[in-house]
Amino acid sequence: MPTTIDRSRLREMLAAGAQLVEVLPRREYDEEHLPGAVSIPLRELNRATTSQLDKSRPVITYCYDYQ
Amino acid sequence: MSSRAAWRLESLGFTSVFFYHPGKLDWVSAGLPVEGSAAGIPNLGTVARRDVVTCRLNEQLSAVKARMASDPTGPCPVVNDQRIVLGLLRSDAIKANGAKTAEEAMISGPVTFRPNVALEEIDRYLTDHKIGHAVVTTSEGELIGLASAEDVHRLHAESMASTAPK
Repeated sequence: MPTTIDRSRLREMLAAGAQLVEVLPRREYDEEHLPGAVSIPLRELNRATTSQLDKSRPVITYCYDYQ
Repeated sequence: MSSRAAWRLESLGFTSVFFYHPGKLDWVSAGLPVEGSAAGIPNLGTVARRDVVTCRLNEQLSAVKARMASDPTGPCPVVNDQRIVLGLLRSDAIKANGAKTAEEAMISGPVTFRPNVALEEIDRYLTDHKIGHAVVTTSEGELIGLASAEDVHRLHAESMASTAPK
């Protein structure tokens, strides 16, 4: 079951090698994204687009705010 | 949206999935670095002074005034132990009401801004509303600093000049 995390936990997990996915539209990603994040917009999340991710490591998604 | 994306990943066979619900706004608000075409462009967070004098609800204004000696024209954010902004003391209120407490003299729930606001936007807002200082906080209300309208206007003008066609 997916778990929500805060900024502090996010930083710890990134330092430990977690993968970060921004799910906003590509234009917003291009303007500004968290360091190391990859862009997979929510509408494009599927088996093909997520094949770049490593299933053996934690994955963290984020968007703009609590929406 | 991040929650739905996390569930979708789980449906695709990912077993260790998390979502950073506060999102990009929270990250940027904390002044952490970003990548992308907008990274490094001056914004409100660039202008905000971090070393501002703050006070607590129960502090007497005479004590606040003494601490504000180095910056008598600025307002004083009223914060709690977590540096959450509860109110704002205007400089004229600090000077006029020495015996009152900060809670009695403050403006409750002042307008606050996130540090990623564009200089053009905040410059226009402060001018239109005749506001002397912008209180800059994280999305959770934690104080980052204060930005004076003068500093915002100056840096906005400088950034406009530096990007104008030569």
